[in-house]
Amino acid sequence: MKTFRIGGVHPEGNKLSARKAICKAALPEQAVFLLLQHIGIQAIPIVKKGDMVKVGTKIAESGGFVSAPVFSSVSGKVNKIDNAIDASGYRKLAIFIDVEGDEWEKTIDRTPDLVKECCLTSEEIIEKIKDAGVVGMGGACFPTHVKLTPPPMCKAECLIVNGVECEPYLTADYRLMLEKTDEILVGVAILMKAVKVNKAYIGIENNKLDAIRLMKEKASAYFGIEIVPLRVKYPQGGEKQLIDAIIHRRVPAPPALPVHVGAIVQNVGTVFAVYEAVQKNKPLFERVVTVTGKSLTRPSNFLTRIGTPMSQLINAAGGLPEDTGKIIGGGPMMGKALATVEVPVCKGTSGVLLMSEKDSRRMIPQPCIRCAKCVDVCPMGLEPYLLATYSAHGDWERVEHEMIMSCIECGSCQFTCPSFRPILDYIRLGKGKVGGIIRIRNEKK
Amino acid sequence: MANKLIVSLSPHVHGGDSVQKNMYGVLIALIPALLVSFYMFGVGAVIVTFTSVAACVFFEWAITKFILKREQITILDGSAAVTGILLAFNLPSNIPLWIIIIGALVAIGVAKMTFGGLGCNPFNPALAGRIFLLVSFPVQMTSWPNIGQLSSYTDAETGATPLALMKQAVHGDIEALGQLPDIFDLFLGNNPGCIGEISALALLLGLVYMLWRKIISWHIPVSILVTVFVLTGLMYWVNPVAYASPFVHLFTGGLMLGAIFMATDYVTSPMTHKGMIIYGIAIGFLTVVIRVFGSYPEGMSFAIFIMNAFTPLINTFCKPKRFGEVVRK
Repeated sequence: MKTFRIGGVHPEGNKLSARKAICKAALPEQAVFLLLQHIGIQAIPIVKKGDMVKVGTKIAESGGFVSAPVFSSVSGKVNKIDNAIDASGYRKLAIFIDVEGDEWEKTIDRTPDLVKECCLTSEEIIEKIKDAGVVGMGGACFPTHVKLTPPPMCKAECLIVNGVECEPYLTADYRLMLEKTDEILVGVAILMKAVKVNKAYIGIENNKLDAIRLMKEKASAYFGIEIVPLRVKYPQGGEKQLIDAIIHRRVPAPPALPVHVGAIVQNVGTVFAVYEAVQKNKPLFERVVTVTGKSLTRPSNFLTRIGTPMSQLINAAGGLPEDTGKIIGGGPMMGKALATVEVPVCKGTSGVLLMSEKDSRRMIPQPCIRCAKCVDVCPMGLEPYLLATYSAHGDWERVEHEMIMSCIECGSCQFTCPSFRPILDYIRLGKGKVGGIIRIRNEKK
Repeated sequence: MANKLIVSLSPHVHGGDSVQKNMYGVLIALIPALLVSFYMFGVGAVIVTFTSVAACVFFEWAITKFILKREQITILDGSAAVTGILLAFNLPSNIPLWIIIIGALVAIGVAKMTFGGLGCNPFNPALAGRIFLLVSFPVQMTSWPNIGQLSSYTDAETGATPLALMKQAVHGDIEALGQLPDIFDLFLGNNPGCIGEISALALLLGLVYMLWRKIISWHIPVSILVTVFVLTGLMYWVNPVAYASPFVHLFTGGLMLGAIFMATDYVTSPMTHKGMIIYGIAIGFLTVVIRVFGSYPEGMSFAIFIMNAFTPLINTFCKPKRFGEVVRK
């Protein structure tokens, strides 16, 4: 069985919501649309206070090439454009819409029928994806059309679809693969056409045997799509790790891109969004969100309108448990701890995880005993203990030399550290500083 | 509710490993060898082991509390107990109590706490203690009681160890190798020597346990044992009268104990697999050189001690293979 070749850890799966079919979450009373739901330039609002919008109306347009438009997921009246707290705890500009009814834009095809045929050209497909505001839905939220437009001199050879979902607890992608199998396969075919390749791999970890079986059964009807079962190991869903696992090629250190080794990687959630955008004219305004936690009454997978506050999802899953100490947007390895439950669901919100007070606290750090376990598990072949020590000392030259910018912040080092050291905290500090130094250096050139 | 939320950076889960678990794992791995030593040396082994552990734990507690004045007392992490047992394992079972206590003071006080405690020491504390005792009290440290004298302590009769016989053979005594115990007895521990080093079988059981629990990786012990086996094998092949067989080398003296428990000490060994293999090969090489050509019969502790000093250098030069270094084939 294939897997990536350096490092990796095995956190407990805890897929509590794996047997729960996707169900629709109720409409919120007020939806909040952050203007920066992607990596890149913030979107520019094109509505003002008092405007009426429908489901699927564009409310903010793309702010540049690396940017994405935002669409309303509800119908109603624009209440205000103001700051809202986002998942990282900062106040960011957002559009607040008071919900009235559920009226959809006429252009959206709301029938559940599968549309297989797609006669658009590559450029038309990418244009449509760009206009629908599709971004990477695995969590990084990189605008999809940018990924599909490789820099000149680079040629994509294959498409890799990420159905790994290696984060513990999360089941959104898994449920999507079980329930929307055909749509995903059509989406893959469309993306293959868009990037002009005739080979696609869908990587799925072999703790999701039914998804692998179902996908394999149906993929035989499509040309060039291969399902690749992968051995369970975190962080297999990392772009570089997945490429290494499936086609045994390693993307060089930044600024190299996956396409330099001929691969373009897309998450299954993104593929489904591409299908809906291209075949159903439906812009990206809803997504599957796993709401889970050990003390939660009903861990669930909700098809959620973007902009819904997380508190509402938590209530729909049985309410906030008494012992909650931490609420995480995303999975436990890479997700962000939220400052408030009112944070709205974004394009990249794959899950909401509630952790008990007891599990939320970190242990007291002890001195490093140089056991080398962090070096063993680092999937990028770095020396986390060294990066953390140099960062703590502020030795930015040394950390840059030790390739701190290659760190993917997967957290395996800190997960495995027997001394409970905050290794990744220090590495993030170092990455921030070194990133700034590199930017200044490049500007001077 | 909202104002009580804990906000911290990812990862939000921990694998559950801890320093304690690792140290107690090492202690468990030492149990087979400890039982063999009790069985072979009786009361002497019990007295020496308990004195050494008690002295090491006491010195660590006293130094953190009264000299460093730290609030966090670290004796519960098990590292002092591991040092205590390893120090005892490197002593003969008839060694007087006061020598053990000096050894523990050097091990914990000088080699460990002077540098700042666990994680900061450049040399393995137990080894530092043993080497200090070896050069300070050469007579007491190099007379090993014969096995089976279960009720005697300092009054036990001593005898020649296999390593001493092997040394005589190198110096021209052609009958010495003939007096070596049977290879099977060496493997089981039926021969004189330091408390913990006699039984290769018991130590290998400990190795298997530590590998299974993933406390250590195979790189250091395997590279040491293979190097010693190959080098001594070559010598045996050239001249079987003067040099003992490689199996005898593997199963005698502190080689197993050193390769499995002393050289693999986290703090003083290299961080990368490549570095670990270089470190292991160098230790194996130095051990054979000292055993065969040096004036001491056993070279394991010196070899590890010397290579401890090279560990920072090895760490500087042996980097792990970075992801993406091998560009597309």
